[in-house]
Amino acid sequence: MMAILTPEEIGIMALSLRVSLLAVLLCAPLAFATAWLLARGRFPGKLALDVLVHLPLVLPPVVTGWLLLLLFGPSGPAGAWLERWLGVTLVFRWTGAALAAAVMAFPLMVRSMRLALESVDVRLENAARTLGASTGRVLRTITLPLCLPGIAAGMILGGARALGEFGATITFAANIAGETRTLPLAIYSALQAPGGEAIVMRLSLISIALSVAALVLSELLVRRSGARKGAHEL
Amino acid sequence: MSFDVDVRWRIGRRDFHFAFESGPGLTAITGPSGVGKTSLLNVVAGLLRPDAGHVTVAGERLFDRARRIDVPPRERRAGYVFQDARLFPHLRVEKNLAYGQRDGSGLGMDMDDVVAFLRIGHLLRRWPSTLSGGEAQRVAIGRALLSGPRFLLMDEPLGALDAERREDIMEVIERLRDELELPILYVSHDRAEVDRLADRVVTLRETKNR
Repeated sequence: MMAILTPEEIGIMALSLRVSLLAVLLCAPLAFATAWLLARGRFPGKLALDVLVHLPLVLPPVVTGWLLLLLFGPSGPAGAWLERWLGVTLVFRWTGAALAAAVMAFPLMVRSMRLALESVDVRLENAARTLGASTGRVLRTITLPLCLPGIAAGMILGGARALGEFGATITFAANIAGETRTLPLAIYSALQAPGGEAIVMRLSLISIALSVAALVLSELLVRRSGARKGAHEL
Repeated sequence: MSFDVDVRWRIGRRDFHFAFESGPGLTAITGPSGVGKTSLLNVVAGLLRPDAGHVTVAGERLFDRARRIDVPPRERRAGYVFQDARLFPHLRVEKNLAYGQRDGSGLGMDMDDVVAFLRIGHLLRRWPSTLSGGEAQRVAIGRALLSGPRFLLMDEPLGALDAERREDIMEVIERLRDELELPILYVSHDRAEVDRLADRVVTLRETKNR
């Protein structure tokens, strides 16, 4: 593999994986909390939350990127706060690319985590409650273990989405080689350059391979969680 | 008075209103299917909140709308045995038994006592999905007993069993009734079962719409 890929391509791949890994880690806890609220909660404004969560899925990514610029740019409220108190700059940095990817991956993650949570039998949770378990303990010992494969599938799916993120990333974090030029951005740049077709092809093949691997893995995990509810052999 | 229940609730356009009092021992709840027997057990367990009324078990007020009392299910100490056993599929039998374990319960039974009482020692390392209906129901009863219950709720615990297993579990329930001083609410629509087990029978009737 190493012999086939040039050092530059390896760098692009490594950066992409780093960006999407951070995106997944940023996203997962919040996505799980949101999914839990949507699956189990009963509160006013649930529809509004549902819509807000799904917004990045249907909004033009460039709009999402622009909104991120407004919020997290140097003069944006969140950006200024991060800069001042934590010394973190996001714009034009790989961490900014990760933030953009995280926002875009969020709805997908919430969706599959919510499905996983909804597939857990509430009656088992009720049984645990009658046995003296607190809400936290029910979540930790019953709900979470039973939907773990679905949670993992959601994270992989979100990671794959993050890996392919283009519009919001180029708007918010720009296209800087070695810093924010992830796979899709590198493909775009190569397309702009004369004679870049060979590079485009190679990078596209890498993208396809990574995406297929992620889809297969997440599908296998979902199936496993389905099988688990049936027979549980030794 | 072991049970003093007078509750109303409404689901969709249907009204439910049940009231009964009962002494110690096993109180059977019977009535046509769909009348709300399981819902009534859920109300006593705290899993379903009625719109009005009160629930008192063994002298403790668990729910009282007028006095704004609503003890959460985890503090009611109900030993609830569900019709479908409802064992946790991802935990082995011994972990299921220990899930709600509370030391120093009024019953004075520890894990060894319960395992011996129900004769389930050979099942401890098994997964729930490998158990027969009767075995699963024994484990479910054991899990309820180990949680240090102040009363038992049993929802057709023989419902899913064949004749031989029924006899087996019926004996267990008789011993529960006679050897432990726990009030039991027992839902069933089987006449013979009720005649044999119950100290008292409460028959639920369809609530007329207001």
